[in-house]
Amino acid sequence: MHRILILGGGVGGTLTANLLARRLKKQVDRRDAEITVVDATGAHIYQPGFMYIAMGGERAEKLQKSERALLDDRVRLVVGTVDRVDEVARTVTLADGTALPYDQLVLATGARILPEAIEHFEAEAHHFYTAAAALRLRKALDAFTGGKVVIGIASMPYKCPPAPLEVAFLIESELRERGLREKSEVHFASPIGRAFTIESVSEMATPILEEKNIELHTFFNVETIDPERKVVQSLEGEELPYDLLILVPPHKGQQFLMDSGLAPAPGGWLPTDRFTLRVGDRPNVYALGDATDLPLSKAGSTAHFEAPVVVENVVATVEGRAPSGKHATYEGKVMCFFEVGDGKGTLLQFDYDHPPKPPKPNQFWHLGKIVFNKTYFHTVPKGRV
Amino acid sequence: MLDTTPNITRTIDARGSFCPGPLMELIRGIRESQVGDILAVLSSDKGSKIDIPKWIEKAGHRLIVVEALDGHDRIIVEKAR
Repeated sequence: MHRILILGGGVGGTLTANLLARRLKKQVDRRDAEITVVDATGAHIYQPGFMYIAMGGERAEKLQKSERALLDDRVRLVVGTVDRVDEVARTVTLADGTALPYDQLVLATGARILPEAIEHFEAEAHHFYTAAAALRLRKALDAFTGGKVVIGIASMPYKCPPAPLEVAFLIESELRERGLREKSEVHFASPIGRAFTIESVSEMATPILEEKNIELHTFFNVETIDPERKVVQSLEGEELPYDLLILVPPHKGQQFLMDSGLAPAPGGWLPTDRFTLRVGDRPNVYALGDATDLPLSKAGSTAHFEAPVVVENVVATVEGRAPSGKHATYEGKVMCFFEVGDGKGTLLQFDYDHPPKPPKPNQFWHLGKIVFNKTYFHTVPKGRV
Repeated sequence: MLDTTPNITRTIDARGSFCPGPLMELIRGIRESQVGDILAVLSSDKGSKIDIPKWIEKAGHRLIVVEALDGHDRIIVEKAR
């Protein structure tokens, strides 16, 4: 019996499990292989939809499905919280003491947000990285009657790199539509020397910021929030006063990965080979999605394109051969839609060797994103696209 | 190259990391250091020798030197405030 254990039931874990079930159908039916997914909640959540709870009338219940319903019947689902990985014993232990042995381990454990890492964040700042926080932001926007809006990024890396810029563009559009633009300032604070990490995307976004009169503040690494003076202060010594503060919270990898010696502190991102997706030099441990330390977007799209590579490598081991074909190695492919407001969007498509060349924003790419969001549960996790 | 090597308090080896990784590593290092500490960042990302000095200027620290070494750059900075 070859035991394949997948930790995490997000995009990466679910898609990997379903593709494996398809490729190893005979082995699973003969009980020569077993595919198990461990997920903390048993609910699969479409996180890119959170932004639309704040900005587009989306509802939290539409963004959630039962993980069991998305998994192939040949995949076993265990709902539980991982406590530790013992690499010597090749066993994962859950918080309730359940021990799950493995021959190959796939880490699709995502990223976690830590708003509490910045004092006063939870009382003063809004974000859109949970359904509840996005709904709270929506209510704050509804109550907003004009003033200074500051949108920023507390630290890098973080999930869905375009999201804070998209939110800035969408809020600016909304303020115009509501007749509040003249009474408002919109500020965008970036931790680096430009609006976006990838230079070509920054070159696309910066003129749109200028056109929409959104003031860009570069090298703004959030240090403190002063709730009495209503200012956010940067490590670089700059202050931005706010009436409405929206910050991407700090992110880290999972604590148990650091506790188990798989990922270094303090970030907890898994040291992942950019081509094989193996963790370190381990021949039987793979990582994909937000959990890796790869220089790529932490986005479902990245996991979507990584999953077939993990699957080919795992299947090759089961079949006792070298990985082969177009999914033998990962070339860094990522594809993301990017909202720019006013019903327009663009597309970022890139890999390790080819930076994105975003097309001129238009309605088509905005609609593309909406259609993708609405059809996600029927397509991506099941390996249909 | 410097005639004399400054007394480096901490070296941050960010080789193999891509923009903005080396800058973010330096920012973390600066946060954890004392005023007067000297930090060296090793980076193989070509953008670092431009981005990091710009950040050092904005943040009010002192750039000591940018050196091109074998396959990477070494940027040395003093935490000034």
